[in-house]
Amino acid sequence: MQLNPTILLIIALAPLLGAIVAGIFRNQVGRIGAHTVTIAGVALSCALSFYVLYQLVWGGAQTYNENVYTWFQVGGIDAHIGFLVDRLTAMMMVVVTFVSLMVHVYTIGYMAEDDGYQRFFSYIALFTFSMLMLVMSNNFLQLFFGWEAVGLVSYLLIGFWFKRPTAVFANMKAFIVNRVGDFGFLLGIAGVLYFFHSLDYGYVFAHTEALSGKTLEIFGGDPWSAATVICICLFVGAMGKSAQVPLHVWLPDSMEGPTPISALIHAATMVTAGIFMVARMSPLFELSETALSFVLVIGATTAFFTGLIGIVQNDIKRVVAYSTLSQLGYMTAALGVSAYSAAVFHLMTHAFFKALLFLGAGSVIIAMHHEQDMRYMGGLRKYMPITFITAWIGTLALTGMPGFAGFYSKDAIIEAVGESHRWGATYAYWCVLLGVFVTAFYSFRLLYLTFHGKERFAVDHGHGHGHDDHGHHEPGHLEHEPHESPAVVTWPLMALAVPSIVIGALTVGAMLYGDYFGSSIHVAHAEGEGAHEFQGWLSMAVHGLMQPPFWLAFSGFLLATYIYLFNPAIADKTKQALYPLWNMLDKKYWFDPVYQAVFARGGIAFGRGLWKGGDTGVIDNVLIDGSAAAVARTAGVVRWLQTGYLYTYAFAMILGLVFLLGGLWWVVRG
Amino acid sequence: MMQSLLSILIWLPIAGGFAALALGTHRAKEARWLALAVAIATFIVSIPLLTNYDAAAGTMQFIEQHRWIAAINSNYHLGADGISIALIVLTTFVTVLVIVGIWDSVHDKVNQYVAAFLVLEGLMVGVFCALDALLFYVFFEGMLIPMFIIIGIWGGPRRVYATLKFFLYTFFGSIFMLVGLIYLYMQAGSWELSQLAALKLGMTPQSWLFFAFLIAFAVKVPMWPVHTWLPDAHVEAPTGGSVILAAIMLKIGGYGFLRFSLPITPDASQQFAWLVIAMSLIAVIYIGYVALVQEDMKKLVAYSSVAHMAFVTLGIFIALGLVRVSGNKDAAQLGISGAMVQMISHGFVSGAMFSCIGVLYDRMHSRMIKDYGGVVNTMPWFAAFWVLFSMANCGLPGTSGFVGEFMVILASFQANFWIAALAAFTLIIGAAYTLWLVKRVIWGDVTNDHVAKLKDINGREALVLGAFAAMTLLVGVWPQPLTHLMDASVKHLVDQLLIVKAG
Repeated sequence: MQLNPTILLIIALAPLLGAIVAGIFRNQVGRIGAHTVTIAGVALSCALSFYVLYQLVWGGAQTYNENVYTWFQVGGIDAHIGFLVDRLTAMMMVVVTFVSLMVHVYTIGYMAEDDGYQRFFSYIALFTFSMLMLVMSNNFLQLFFGWEAVGLVSYLLIGFWFKRPTAVFANMKAFIVNRVGDFGFLLGIAGVLYFFHSLDYGYVFAHTEALSGKTLEIFGGDPWSAATVICICLFVGAMGKSAQVPLHVWLPDSMEGPTPISALIHAATMVTAGIFMVARMSPLFELSETALSFVLVIGATTAFFTGLIGIVQNDIKRVVAYSTLSQLGYMTAALGVSAYSAAVFHLMTHAFFKALLFLGAGSVIIAMHHEQDMRYMGGLRKYMPITFITAWIGTLALTGMPGFAGFYSKDAIIEAVGESHRWGATYAYWCVLLGVFVTAFYSFRLLYLTFHGKERFAVDHGHGHGHDDHGHHEPGHLEHEPHESPAVVTWPLMALAVPSIVIGALTVGAMLYGDYFGSSIHVAHAEGEGAHEFQGWLSMAVHGLMQPPFWLAFSGFLLATYIYLFNPAIADKTKQALYPLWNMLDKKYWFDPVYQAVFARGGIAFGRGLWKGGDTGVIDNVLIDGSAAAVARTAGVVRWLQTGYLYTYAFAMILGLVFLLGGLWWVVRG
Repeated sequence: MMQSLLSILIWLPIAGGFAALALGTHRAKEARWLALAVAIATFIVSIPLLTNYDAAAGTMQFIEQHRWIAAINSNYHLGADGISIALIVLTTFVTVLVIVGIWDSVHDKVNQYVAAFLVLEGLMVGVFCALDALLFYVFFEGMLIPMFIIIGIWGGPRRVYATLKFFLYTFFGSIFMLVGLIYLYMQAGSWELSQLAALKLGMTPQSWLFFAFLIAFAVKVPMWPVHTWLPDAHVEAPTGGSVILAAIMLKIGGYGFLRFSLPITPDASQQFAWLVIAMSLIAVIYIGYVALVQEDMKKLVAYSSVAHMAFVTLGIFIALGLVRVSGNKDAAQLGISGAMVQMISHGFVSGAMFSCIGVLYDRMHSRMIKDYGGVVNTMPWFAAFWVLFSMANCGLPGTSGFVGEFMVILASFQANFWIAALAAFTLIIGAAYTLWLVKRVIWGDVTNDHVAKLKDINGREALVLGAFAAMTLLVGVWPQPLTHLMDASVKHLVDQLLIVKAG
């Protein structure tokens, strides 16, 4: 049975239509019209995505791989727009549209007072379209299309509050850093075309032997394996989009955007595009041990070291952001040991619980009147019980509590890395293992600082500031008591809490131990993954209670509980005692100032040198103006030009032309 | 009518221009409407080029041939293939938008102003369809006259300097080409481009000719290091002049390489391709950095034009090694098609960027970046257009700016990894200078009273920017019609490159 192409087109285009209506006709449709049309579009996409998933898994539908139209055809090279829908794609479609739908609904509450309401809905619907084009693509060109389109929407949304200088700096930074990744990605795509003469997934993955034994001379006389070069180039793209060290610097700053998009774009979907891309290209990556080791080391480094930064953050969104970086590192590490299905599985579970955590943080931020500093929170559990409970669920899922979604996926990654013999695997194993402790520590720290303990804010009644300006009040002072967010906010939280608990247990059998992914993912030499018998989700959870990751997480939990619930003073003492370490984390390993000095200011200085020295100094002053002055002196051209009469110029020019032609004629005749 | 379509496209706007002159300086309104009517009529007449052209054949079509100067065997010989047609229709399309765009911006000698644009249009169409080298040269030189006038009369305070610089550069360039063409005529006894292409030439004369053409066309493109006239010309030119200059006149350089350098001197072109490729790559990086630090918006966009046009020369000259050394015809076609798409796309994007700057200049009378900031607060629709064109300027997929660069980078990789890597650096530096400009001009809170008083674009401006936006998106989302138009012609050109003329 074949999937219906019309359905696939509707899935992709319905959000685009919503975006166009809400964006271009924003004044005509108004607020209600804007959110109705975009939510209807995304809901339709979501429902049809579930239908497609159902068809593929239970309905006996075949993998769909067809072109929609020809993008260009030049000589023997062509590029298309088309869809490849297999189970990997279908899973991504469901995750993207479901989280997007939740975020759309949530936005009604979160952005209720914002002037840019319609614009916001237009952007997130446009994002959904772009992300769907990315995951549904059947070729490298369209992948790059979606890849850059989500980057554009991310740019627009980080800078959504365009009056804030920090926001418009952050969006520029995000775009440019992502472009560094895209630079590699584009070269990787060019490499694919060079060796395969095609950009279609189907053809490329079926002819991977075209790369075997091929080399590229990158540095004179020392040929590199073509597979390694191409895979590393492609992975550099993933490093940008999925914020891997050292291209991770844009993601924490992206928190300048409104919280719904932090959940949708910078946690659940867009940033996982790199993970999806590498998994999709598993047939290529399997050709290069070197590239996979590179992936592994980068991923493991990101997993551990960015997690550490999360410990010292006070901004609630930034803690979740560093947690996202760290979890992306886990996924990348899994890719590096060829555990592609574990990576994608974690991508899925993470999408649900991280979206939940971000939206929960957003709910807190609404209650605190756009205060994001956890030092001015505390004790919120009694004011906002739904947010509180769902945040706990998200945290338990994130920290890998056996039985919760994150447990299954994270355990699978740690196990796969532990059993790998690839170069760098030992280092990676320690990173991902210790990362569990770190994750538990910062996650519970966040919970305690926000929802437990003493209230560290004061409610000043009677100061009628109004809501017009965000973040202009004194820290720790609220105009009225915090209260639970409206239903449009809490319902999505609850809807996301359910999969955060159960999705792992439900799908672990099929995704990790079964053949859910079938031929979507290709593993050359199975390492670790699948080597064990699947005993059922419950026995896995019970077994998990006896494993090191659980105990590490538990110690992280205990330590956080002791410090932040019972003895808050110790936090400051530790900070004093370990000041150099704290300072290093607080400064985020100095990536930002170094990049700023070298690339930003260095680039500007370099440009100025070329401009003043090269263009003005050498070319203009010496070569051009020198001759111009000479001409002007001898011919008095300047005065002549200034007469200002059109006919003077025209006449002179025509005279010159006639003179030239006359001379020519004379030459030829003679 | 089909037999003289190209002649109509040349002489209709020129006649319209003289009619506008005849109206006299006091009938500004009539002159504007006349110019608009002529420009629209010319555009409509150019549409049959697209619909009646047999793209599968890819040959020269719509041929007209008459004896012109019998004594030197020169003919009035016109014809157009896919490459020419793409550029001619670009010319007629952009001219309409320019006439609409300059509606209110000039109040002095309006009839002469619009006349200059119409005459310019006719001459540029002539350049793109002349099949006789002498005729080409006349159009090529004649075209400069109205442009000098536009900058020299309606330009900014340093217009005399800019015009002089422009004049010196282009005159310097074209005089070498004239000498080269005369030499070719004496060898072949004909000015026919097809005969010149078939002429056997030794390596030494080919090299001399190659450099004669290189100087002429490199100035036009402009390539590093003969680009410094462009920023000055743009800064001093009125908006309409800038749009025509960037959108169309620069393309004449790229077109010249395709019509003259490649077919007439293929062996020398191959031999010195490294030089042109190196100049192109330097332009991408060097000019990118120079664009980054500009304080004047027009200069910034002018430098960015130089960097983008470098993809045109890169795509053209990368093809030589690909087809002659590696025998990789597909990649060579990809490179040349990429160069062509880049030219068309740059026509839309740079035309749009300069139009946007014109919109701001009409309101604020400043082009300095520091005078702006937070424009989105008062001009949201304008800001939307500006962001769209900026994204096209940094080559975002879905806009036309991506297509050409993408094709050229893919083709370059087939020749050499490092050439592709250096060219792909535009992804980073292009985004840096473009988005920094956007950040400083568009985003942020309102920075001063002048910005606070800005009025959003009116219907006329929205029409111009909307038309540019539609083309930018259309070519970006579906370039196939454009590449198909040129495909067979590009293939002929690539086949021609295989001919070894020397020895």
